[in-house]
Amino acid sequence: MHAIIEQAPRFFSAPNMLFLGTALAHTVLLSLASCGVGLALGFLIAATRLTRGLPLLPLRLLLIGLTESLRRVPPLVTLFIVFFGFSLLQVDMSPFWIALIALTMIATAFIAEIVRAGFRSIPRQEWDAAATMNFSLAQTLLYVVVPQAWKIIVPTVSLFFVMFIKDTALASQIGVLELTFVGKSFVDRGFSPLLSFGAVLVLYFLLSFPLARAGQWLETRLAAS
Amino acid sequence: MPHLDVRNLHADYAGKTVLQGVSFTVTQGAIVSLIGPSGSGKSTILRALTGLLRPSSGEIWLDGRRLEYRQAADVAYARQRIAIVFQQYNLFQNMTALRNVTVTPEKIRKRDKREVEAEAVALLRKVGLGDKLNAYPDELSGGQQQRVAIARALALKPEILLLDEVTSALDPELVHEVLDTVRLLAAEGMTMITVSHEMRFVRELASDVMFLEAGRIVESGPPLQIFEAAKEPRTRQFISKTLYR
Repeated sequence: MHAIIEQAPRFFSAPNMLFLGTALAHTVLLSLASCGVGLALGFLIAATRLTRGLPLLPLRLLLIGLTESLRRVPPLVTLFIVFFGFSLLQVDMSPFWIALIALTMIATAFIAEIVRAGFRSIPRQEWDAAATMNFSLAQTLLYVVVPQAWKIIVPTVSLFFVMFIKDTALASQIGVLELTFVGKSFVDRGFSPLLSFGAVLVLYFLLSFPLARAGQWLETRLAAS
Repeated sequence: MPHLDVRNLHADYAGKTVLQGVSFTVTQGAIVSLIGPSGSGKSTILRALTGLLRPSSGEIWLDGRRLEYRQAADVAYARQRIAIVFQQYNLFQNMTALRNVTVTPEKIRKRDKREVEAEAVALLRKVGLGDKLNAYPDELSGGQQQRVAIARALALKPEILLLDEVTSALDPELVHEVLDTVRLLAAEGMTMITVSHEMRFVRELASDVMFLEAGRIVESGPPLQIFEAAKEPRTRQFISKTLYR
């Protein structure tokens, strides 16, 4: 406790705060971009998995294989595979981009399942009715399924997003300047761990708590309608 | 030439044989009623005709054209001409009664919106729901939902209307309102194939009755024959058990 009070003026210096601010921005950017792209790709994957017939069978199998394995492999392993994969291919890419790609892959796999569950919540009868009236798959999704399923998908994805903010801490493992990385580097520079990670903790909390509350509000509101 | 000609239809579902060689024809304006115990394959025939279930073998001819259900174009052709009303109504829950009726003509068949809407309003009035145009399915009774479903099918201007146990999910006191609607269509000469457990209704309206059991047509003929003078003992047995329930 004594160390914290003593270090505080030095810790809360302008350069340090700028450092924390940048890290916070990177954490937000990593979470938002991976979940945003993940939502778009996840939607496409869920829709592709609904197709029938032979021509798209290889693609469906590939997508099933990818999403299922990404959801079962520890995220850290995925990150390292992407990281070492790029270095093996001798592609020069910044750690930030590598982390973004790995996180997007992980988010996509989980969100694809959320979207798929949302689609499946629409009773078989409505799919049948649409099919017998010559709706294409895209038209069925557009006019019947998505207008109903989004009420289930949106709250679940926002819940996932809040959880995923924490997962972006993984990026610190490959040297991306985000909140957890900055916490470690403060400690390396001799600041009290309690102070360093205390600041990081407060920022994670300030980031996710309002979002979590917003997600809950959305969920109850949509469930009521 | 028969309007619809089904030849030696076989179908499997979930590893079980549900149709083992069903043949029948339907002429323009006929009302064919399929009766028989549960699991006899009645609904399977309707599902096969709309392409929801692909037969394992057999032929379906519509107006002299053989429909190859393996081909998307033929399935689409069949669905242009054959409309189905389901036991569970299968209405789109996110749409009002009116929208349920207009969505397919307008969005799928790309017809003029105002024309489609005028037709839909007329159809909903015809089935007695002129005051429920903007109600959502969950605000309607089962009988009302089923009448919306009938209006939705009619908006497709089908040549053949399939009715798959349309009163089975309804409370008994609501059955008559749906049957009244079907009577109206019969009077207009609509070609229909119905699966029904309402024996009095079948007897009153059907031009042909087919008794199915275990995926085969045991006996078919005009209602008078089936209900009063069935040739097959099995038919007589079924009729005597169900007729005056």
